[in-house]
Amino acid sequence: MSGQTMIEKILARGAGKKEVKPGDLVSVKVDLSLGNDITAPVAIKEFERLGLDRVFDPEKVVLVPDHFTPNRDIAAAEQALLVRRFAEKYGIRHYFEIGRMGIEHALLPEQGLVLPGQIIIGADSHTCTYGALGAFATGVGSTDLAAAMAIGEAWFKVPSTMRFIYEGELPTWVDGKDLILYTIGQIGVEGARYKAMAFCGPVIEKLPMDGRLTMANMAIEAGGKCGYMEPDAVTFSYLEGRTAQPYEPVYGDADAVYEQTLTFDVSRMEPQVAFPPAPDNTHPVSEAAGIKIDQVVIGSCTNGRLEDLRRAAAILKGRRVHPRVRLIIIPATQRIYRQAMAEGLMDIFVEAEAAISTPTCGPCLGGHMGILARGEKALATTNRNFVGRMGHPESEIFLCNPAVAAASAIAGEIVHPEEVMA
Amino acid sequence: MILEGKVWLFGDNVDTDAIIPARYLSATDPEELAAHCMEDINPDFAASVQAGDLLVAGSNFGCGSSREHAPLALKGAGVSCVIAKSFARIFYRNAINIGLPILECEAELSRILAPGELLRVDLSAGMIIRLSDGSRYQAAPFPTFMQEIIQQGGLIEYVRHRLKR
Repeated sequence: MSGQTMIEKILARGAGKKEVKPGDLVSVKVDLSLGNDITAPVAIKEFERLGLDRVFDPEKVVLVPDHFTPNRDIAAAEQALLVRRFAEKYGIRHYFEIGRMGIEHALLPEQGLVLPGQIIIGADSHTCTYGALGAFATGVGSTDLAAAMAIGEAWFKVPSTMRFIYEGELPTWVDGKDLILYTIGQIGVEGARYKAMAFCGPVIEKLPMDGRLTMANMAIEAGGKCGYMEPDAVTFSYLEGRTAQPYEPVYGDADAVYEQTLTFDVSRMEPQVAFPPAPDNTHPVSEAAGIKIDQVVIGSCTNGRLEDLRRAAAILKGRRVHPRVRLIIIPATQRIYRQAMAEGLMDIFVEAEAAISTPTCGPCLGGHMGILARGEKALATTNRNFVGRMGHPESEIFLCNPAVAAASAIAGEIVHPEEVMA
Repeated sequence: MILEGKVWLFGDNVDTDAIIPARYLSATDPEELAAHCMEDINPDFAASVQAGDLLVAGSNFGCGSSREHAPLALKGAGVSCVIAKSFARIFYRNAINIGLPILECEAELSRILAPGELLRVDLSAGMIIRLSDGSRYQAAPFPTFMQEIIQQGGLIEYVRHRLKR
């Protein structure tokens, strides 16, 4: 018998089996189920069809109104109200109201709700973010969420695993976002369809948790079921002080079987830019040089964390956003917002003439807080650049890391951060 | 179950933002969603699609967001079945869970077929028949577990059944 990957072991444990193999269909116990103001209303409608007077385990349900909140219009307000009432009725303690909330995938790890070895489902495709802490986490639909709230289980096909090894030294201004954009560019938007993506190697060992979360977050953009890093010292130090709950890390066997292994040397990697209309249309930033932009967004579940804001601030300090450009900065959670204030980052942003928003997914999915007009171009640290994603179907989105976004906001066109810092 | 209908063709990597743009996600009613289905990539679709029509696409259909509103919008539009070379995984499970018939077929149907032509589909046998020339294409069979969910009318009915046991 050959060994198992971390994901196979977690799923086997959740299914109460000794082992599972890729392709097996299993029903597993879920440690955490997540919904937001867009997906939870559909789940609640389905859940209520079952006529139950309780959810399976209220401690294992998390509800975060983050997409169209603070309510953008009456319809969004009605949706948010539905979620709030459901949380009250069923005693969902992990419901995060405006003022206490954050973008779900930044918020849950920050609150210590995500632990190594867990099985987490979320009615949001970027639930795969939590793999950065060594969990099996994957996006599902609203009906899956409804079922998990009712019976505490979900069904899965055990994925095969692709392994990505990153070697060399990360150049200045290149971070987790560039590693994942480059990877998606190499394998394509369906390169990891139905598969787990294991991120490892010396570069990952040194990568801080914020960068790891960014990478796992975008596994879905390659079609992946999940992306993950095995737990290590970085993971355990991140968890310190965040949770009092016991957890049991899971590691892949030395003889685990990976369907494919790709090795990338990152030492000469440039910051990456994904051109429209898909995240796999990636180019080195030098090939994007000179593209004029109307709006820059720094934020989202991909890049709205403290480390991202620090990188942006390092570039914006003492500089001004180009007069033709609107720079919108969205700290992903209240805690990040406060920390950014304490560190003086907010002063730097406002002095640079950026607009700062309360936490929201907002413009990333064309919800609110920065919608594009016909023909406009945006550069964003978000995760998708599909047609119409941030507004008008004839607007365009380029994706990049926070440093490139900040530097380009100053230049008024896409540039390498070095050019602004020189 | 036998379906017969007119074909709408789409290419590869049709994402859920294309199927139902996020700006309409304050709605949950399938018919309300259907009014905007595909509007950014085929503005005629929502107004012209008829109950029973079939959607044929290339690979990775339904990639992107987890929004169940995407299969709901297609169902609300009256699409009787989506046939694709492959599906993105969340769309695949959403379709099974809500009872929107889907078939995965290796043949390059989105390149072979012409828009508006007629297909007959035997869902249980996974057989797709092109009515213009009678050519037949076999879709991949569903695993037993998924067949159970489909037969019980979706995941919620499956859960209801389990809770009774």
